[in-house]
Amino acid sequence: MTQVTRVSDLPRKRTLSLATFGAFKSFADPKTYVAFLFLLPAVAILVVGLLVPLFNAFDLSMYRWSIGVPWDKRQFIGWAAFERMLTDDYVHTSIGVTLQYAFWIMVLEMVLGTALALMLERPFAGVAVFRTIFILPYMVSPVVVGLIWRYMLDARVGVIDHYLEAIGKALPFLQPLGFTRLEWLGSPDLALPALVLTDLWQWTPFIFIIVLAGLQGLPAEVTEASRIDGANWLQTILFVKLPMLRSILLITVLMRLIDVFKALEVIFIMTFGGPGLSTEVLSLHIYKTAFTSQELGYAAAISVLLIAIILVLSVGLLRISNPLKERSDL
Amino acid sequence: MIKQKPERKIKWGSIAYFAVLVFLALIALFPIYMMLQTSFKAQVDIMSSEPTWVFTPTTDNYEVVIFGQKFDRYLTNSVIVGLTTTFLTLFTAGLASYALARLQFPGRGLLAHSTLLIRMVPTAVLAVPVFALWQNWGIEDGRLGLILFYTALGLPFAIWLLFGFIKQIPIELEEAAIIDGCNAVQIFFQILFPLMRAGYAVAAIFTFRIAWNEFLLALILTNRYTRTLPVATTLYLTDEGVQWGRIMAMGTLLVIPPLLLTFASARQVIQGMTAGAVKG
Repeated sequence: MTQVTRVSDLPRKRTLSLATFGAFKSFADPKTYVAFLFLLPAVAILVVGLLVPLFNAFDLSMYRWSIGVPWDKRQFIGWAAFERMLTDDYVHTSIGVTLQYAFWIMVLEMVLGTALALMLERPFAGVAVFRTIFILPYMVSPVVVGLIWRYMLDARVGVIDHYLEAIGKALPFLQPLGFTRLEWLGSPDLALPALVLTDLWQWTPFIFIIVLAGLQGLPAEVTEASRIDGANWLQTILFVKLPMLRSILLITVLMRLIDVFKALEVIFIMTFGGPGLSTEVLSLHIYKTAFTSQELGYAAAISVLLIAIILVLSVGLLRISNPLKERSDL
Repeated sequence: MIKQKPERKIKWGSIAYFAVLVFLALIALFPIYMMLQTSFKAQVDIMSSEPTWVFTPTTDNYEVVIFGQKFDRYLTNSVIVGLTTTFLTLFTAGLASYALARLQFPGRGLLAHSTLLIRMVPTAVLAVPVFALWQNWGIEDGRLGLILFYTALGLPFAIWLLFGFIKQIPIELEEAAIIDGCNAVQIFFQILFPLMRAGYAVAAIFTFRIAWNEFLLALILTNRYTRTLPVATTLYLTDEGVQWGRIMAMGTLLVIPPLLLTFASARQVIQGMTAGAVKG
């Protein structure tokens, strides 16, 4: 009997479990409460403002629900929205447009931005002035970027078509190369390239600045050593500098990829998805499904699809190399 | 091997180099110049068949845009939403990043990573559920709804950025403060906060930029009383006879605050752009 009492000796048992599970020990630590106190406001806002809506998107995707219908009159349809997506040509086209748009932006911007950074790496006169100028496009509101480029590409008053035509008239042999009035935003073939061009203008400087900062952070000894070993300019770039920038380049690709899928404002203003469906990226399609066709439930289902696509692409990229792993401070 | 180039060659190289820089700068500036120029043009000059480079500037567009269409209301909305969001984000992000960087608690790593993951979610994905939920909560057409959403949107980046800044501050300062009898709250407000001013400047610029520029949710979540400037700007975009002068005047007014920020603190802007990629 005495032995049994000793085993179920409560205070002792508690100390034991505290020692076994470090987590519980830290829960008992007054410092933990301070940490939670500090985290509480931010976490509360993140949960209410982002996480609840995010999970709500999953929930909504199971219902047929239109704008104006009271919340409790919505109709449960289970996975039907996802079945519908399988045969929905609009969604398929939209995925194609999104991937095309993302592909060209990523390739062109990474190549251009990195090339510019490598070219302009050495310190130059007025470096601060030029840097300020280069980051200006990045700071311009997306809505305004869309407006400016819609204006410049306008078929009637746009400067771009005007001067293309003028050059074509002066030098007729250039006309087949596109030096005519192209009416970019009204053409199903050129509307997407026009949007890519606009994005290049706004975001190439971003990649340029990041890669430049990365290059300046490289230890000078390494590039000097490769010089001494007889590597020429191109070899130094290909075999020394770019491999050392690998993780920076990957994070930049990842950040841009995420942003490209987020991008909506510029397309909204410039083409609103048209002509036809030629520029209807998935995020715009979601907006239209929700607020033009008023099918909130189906729009939520497409949102879930978009999240899935972004997740797959990001995880794929992180598989190649996970820059987070190198961060020991987390 | 030290290369010895003839002096002349270096000079030509520098000129070509400089020419490339100037060319790129012109590409970056040209669209912004077009906006400014058009905003001072009369409709006749805009619609002429030849682009006009020399014209008599007029402030008509600005007068119409500022005095004609409730501009003051939209500006007030944008300023209130922008400043409140910035303040709220910086305050909560500062506390959270301190906890993440300095205090030990269960789930710390998970939380740090999930704030990063949240950055991936497109606003378009959130548009529908936010619209539905905010409607349920009765905040679907006020400034409060926008502020809540923008703060949540800005928090992950602000936490991430401030986290990096706190990590750079030597922990010995805090240890000394603990010995002197300070608690965590005192340490944060009296020791760290003054040292993190630079970080707060960067975070403020980027948070303000999100709230000031955001369009989609502002379009969905505001009515004519709570509309912000980006939404008001697009009201001038009608299908027939687009008034480019007015639009560009609105665009110029909308872009002034972010551009001023860029000129005043280019260094901070670059710090914010490269945060997460270069310094980490």
